[in-house]
Amino acid sequence: MKEPVAFPSARPEGEPGGTPTPTTCSTDAAVGARPDVGPDAGTGLRAGAGGRGSTAASTSAPTAPRPRRPVFTGRQGLTVAAFMAPAALFVAVFIYYPMIAGSQMAFRNWNLNDLTDTSWVGLKNFREIFTDPVFGTVLSNTGIWVVGSIVPQFVIGFAIALWLRRRFRFRGLYQALIFFPWAISGFLIGILFRWMFNSEFGVVNDLLEKAGLINEPIPWLADPKTAMVAVLIANIWYGVTFFAIMILAALQSIPDEIYEAAEIDGAGKVRTLFQITIPSIRGTLSLTVLLRVIWIFNFPDLIFAMTGGGPSNETHIVTTWMITVTQQGDYGRASAIGLIVVAMLLVFSVFHLTATREKSATGGRPTTGGKRATGRNPRTRKTKGTVS
Amino acid sequence: MIGKESAAGRTVRILFLSLWLAVTVFPLYWITVTSFKSPGTIFSFPISYWPTHFSLENYTGLFREAKFGVYLTNSLIIATAAGTVATAISMLSAYVLARFEFRSKGAVLMAALVTQMIPSFIALGPLYMMMTELNLVDSRFGLTLVYIAVCIPFCTVMLRGFFENIPDALEEAAMIDGCSRLGALFRVLLPVMRPGIVAAFIFNFVNCWNELFLSVTLMNGDARKTVPTALNGFISSFNIDWGSMSAAAVLTIAPTMILFAFASRHIVQGLTSGAVKG
Repeated sequence: MKEPVAFPSARPEGEPGGTPTPTTCSTDAAVGARPDVGPDAGTGLRAGAGGRGSTAASTSAPTAPRPRRPVFTGRQGLTVAAFMAPAALFVAVFIYYPMIAGSQMAFRNWNLNDLTDTSWVGLKNFREIFTDPVFGTVLSNTGIWVVGSIVPQFVIGFAIALWLRRRFRFRGLYQALIFFPWAISGFLIGILFRWMFNSEFGVVNDLLEKAGLINEPIPWLADPKTAMVAVLIANIWYGVTFFAIMILAALQSIPDEIYEAAEIDGAGKVRTLFQITIPSIRGTLSLTVLLRVIWIFNFPDLIFAMTGGGPSNETHIVTTWMITVTQQGDYGRASAIGLIVVAMLLVFSVFHLTATREKSATGGRPTTGGKRATGRNPRTRKTKGTVS
Repeated sequence: MIGKESAAGRTVRILFLSLWLAVTVFPLYWITVTSFKSPGTIFSFPISYWPTHFSLENYTGLFREAKFGVYLTNSLIIATAAGTVATAISMLSAYVLARFEFRSKGAVLMAALVTQMIPSFIALGPLYMMMTELNLVDSRFGLTLVYIAVCIPFCTVMLRGFFENIPDALEEAAMIDGCSRLGALFRVLLPVMRPGIVAAFIFNFVNCWNELFLSVTLMNGDARKTVPTALNGFISSFNIDWGSMSAAAVLTIAPTMILFAFASRHIVQGLTSGAVKG
């Protein structure tokens, strides 16, 4: 939900939000699954779009449900332009213009408290960030925040998905109920958990005391040692659903025959899981993780509502730090932080895509050849008949 | 389909799924229970897990002391308008992305994805300045315009998935029967896609309803605040009044949960269809 529209609501939206564009398909899946679509003009373009190696290209590689010949002929260019125009206009004016204008502030002295001198200062803002002692804390917090959220979300989500494959009564209702967190914004989730983790009247302390696990209330959000644990718990709670839903959908696309064959061949439960289930949905798994990393990285809402980055910066991640700097009026430095975030996400995306590509190359999937061919040769798209 | 299940496996499965259900529902239950406690009992021991007597004091206070009715109206107007227009515009762009081949298609999709990757705070300053010059600060119309733009990229990608699930043959038949391309789109394609369009609208509506940082930036006047902006005001105060806070949270969450419950099947389909094909 929720989520996923991350710009500029900084949400998921993701949630489901934020996000990321969950309507996605990995390049290898898109191309490999349809070895028969060679001559199709559409596929050439699609493969090209997916093969450029960036996150954007791969994650948006479209999936044609079947080979498609171009149905429409004639004055296509005009039609395409006319239909795209309203969307392009809105996005250009209200998203791209401010985004580009904001990016150039990173190289200027731009402080709301003193706008008399907004001259270009080169990399001064970046130097200030890298020498700021808070920056180190913020970086390690961001790492803990991303890994500490993703790993439990993935494991719990995977388990739920595996167990939800089996039909049972009220399964639909169950899915609808665990889907609920998605309708809520990260900001409100933060408020919910801030109240539950309240040190005096919070229900978490009360439950732990009733269970005999603690003797005196823990000041969860006031103690630098426990604050990160609390925000992580909230975020794990929020994000499991996304993984459960994506993985369940992927699992349901695995044909039953494979399982029947494995059972006949005497494969045990564990072996089936690791040698059939996981390899079959590797593309979805890797892509889901990538999207979620980008999204969680860019997701300050929950921390903003729960702790505001405190106590003593112990829950500040890069994006919440950016909010604080913006609120101080130093737009130049805030923009510089934003560009650092973008750079980190790009590096991570490229690294992730390369790593998962190598893995599937050695994984013996028949789709590898097709994928790599298109992946390394973005020119293919130009050779197909297209309409400008 | 996935083999037989042992008795132990069944027990583990049921235990785990029940536990997760409890974990999921509890925070929602807790904020609701808190909202119905009288202000005195919220801050008293022992903490009660069921309000001893239901009190609507927190809710009435919201409308009496804070202008919560105004905030709800603002949010409702803006989210409805932005959700509707964004869905309509995205339908057009999604349609050409699903049905046409053109050279810059990859670039268009990439441009949509980039909007999701860059932290929104980079854009807030320039956006505020631009809106000030256009005289659109503190204006419901202005915020609606911005929300439309925010919804479009993801909504387009989502709707495109729905379009692609509908066979071309449907339109071809309509066009052979004498429909124009637009006629085929509006008379044949859109009726078939209605569930997907409703899901996309609900998704947009909920996103606008929940949006915080843009409305905090662009809506300063008390009469123009949206619900999340008002909530942000509540938590920024030194002593948080958890009674009104929880009542406000329930009033914010309830409509979105009802909408999601209606459309969850189609939203799930929209989100997953692309990711798992092939």
